[in-house]
Amino acid sequence: MNFKSGQALLEICDVKNISISDAMLLREVQFLGSEEAEVIKKMEHAWEIMKKSARHALAKKIESMGGLIGGEAAKINNRRLTGNVSVCGNLMSKAIMYAMGVLEVNSSMGLIVAAPTAGSSGVIPGALLAIQEEMHFSDSDMIKALFHAGAIGYLIAHNATVAGAEGGCQAEVGSASAMAAAAITELLGGSPRQCLHAATSALSNLLGLVCDPIGGLVEAPCQQRNAMGVSNALVCAEIALSSIEHIVPFDEAVAVMYNVGRSLPNELKETALGGMAAAPSACSRCKKCP
Amino acid sequence: MYSTKEMSVFDIIGPNMIGPSSSHTAGALRIARLARNMVKRPIEEVTFVLYGSFAMTYQGHGTDKALVAGMLGFDTEDERIKESFTFAKEAGLKYQFKLDTNKVDVHPNTVDIQITVEGGETTTITGVSIGGGRAVLKKINGVEIDLSGDYYTVVIRHRDLPGVVAAVTDILSKYNINIAFMKLYRENRGTIAYSIIETDESLIEEIIDRIEELGNVFQAFLIEKL
Repeated sequence: MNFKSGQALLEICDVKNISISDAMLLREVQFLGSEEAEVIKKMEHAWEIMKKSARHALAKKIESMGGLIGGEAAKINNRRLTGNVSVCGNLMSKAIMYAMGVLEVNSSMGLIVAAPTAGSSGVIPGALLAIQEEMHFSDSDMIKALFHAGAIGYLIAHNATVAGAEGGCQAEVGSASAMAAAAITELLGGSPRQCLHAATSALSNLLGLVCDPIGGLVEAPCQQRNAMGVSNALVCAEIALSSIEHIVPFDEAVAVMYNVGRSLPNELKETALGGMAAAPSACSRCKKCP
Repeated sequence: MYSTKEMSVFDIIGPNMIGPSSSHTAGALRIARLARNMVKRPIEEVTFVLYGSFAMTYQGHGTDKALVAGMLGFDTEDERIKESFTFAKEAGLKYQFKLDTNKVDVHPNTVDIQITVEGGETTTITGVSIGGGRAVLKKINGVEIDLSGDYYTVVIRHRDLPGVVAAVTDILSKYNINIAFMKLYRENRGTIAYSIIETDESLIEEIIDRIEELGNVFQAFLIEKL
């Protein structure tokens, strides 16, 4: 069993009366030629790494390789816990905190899960861990959500790209945000169609997002973009679960994202030659700017 | 991003890796690990020549640590990667980095790895990190190859003569090994050739020994699936 478009995935879900996460699990069992239990175990391992990486930055101060970030997750947590009224509410501020924390771990050569890339590795754990803690889902629910996220990411990677160097940050954080938005929509009872609408909205909202790492490092503005990506995922899940449909179907949105990526100038695709990376203050902070 | 080969969910939710960059850290490690597997004798010394983006930001991305970690055989999720220089010292692995920022006609994430083994023989392998932690070896001793480590792989260095390849595939069929992809490369007609065979089933040392015993085969070795 395989699917190479959102439309084909929906047909499989309809015919077999299964969820997107089940469809992806079935595909994987066949693809790897492994037992289902083995595939699930592999995903459990990824989830354990995600949880650990999201919480690690709260426990201790981490030094990043380039020295541009460090300590941000703890600051968000402190504000959350010291009785200041959170602008975003507890769920959203936790999601932001965890997403930023993962990027701290990543930039310090800590262990993370690239999902779909290292530069966007905060979005999915940030969204899922905040939801799990606030809404009391089990780990096996979260494993299902990861298979779901994988299905969306696979469709984007197959039909477009998830590489910042090819598509800009919309391909990294945008894809991660779409993956998280769709996974959360299923987790909270949305239909496969609603899930794809959530993914479409998430991609659409971050369309054109440039990849402009300061000093060429995966630190800033990447960390705050992950916070934005996780927020966008929650927003789009809320929209889709309210039965609001996007005008453009998912497959078209993926193609649009790819086209926008191709038309972005090279300066804005991970080369550190444009965007925030080219701002005078950014250049003065890093030794290697051209 | 991935050309001919299909993706697993773990290519998307994954790789599990030491940060900060799938192409500059995890991909670099995989190149070095593939290269390490292509030499049989103990490694004495390694020189890494970095090009393009690798040469520009290798320290900030820990590319140097990842390359050394790959030479030590570490996995992408091994937390020792950050301290790989220390582990290299313990293992007696000598290494150096050279930068080549002048060459422009190369993929931005390219490294040449010159490996000298005990006895002095040097093998030079060129690898490219193609995104998402995936890596491809592009050259061995100047001969163009294309090797990803996505499959169980046997690399055979042999004389470029009729019948050698047939003898090799005969052995594989006797062991019931299905060939997924097979490519042939040669330095010059009638001289040295390389056969790279990617298979669905895992290969065992016994098969490699049988291939190595064949006439006109100089060397055969296994590349583990990464």
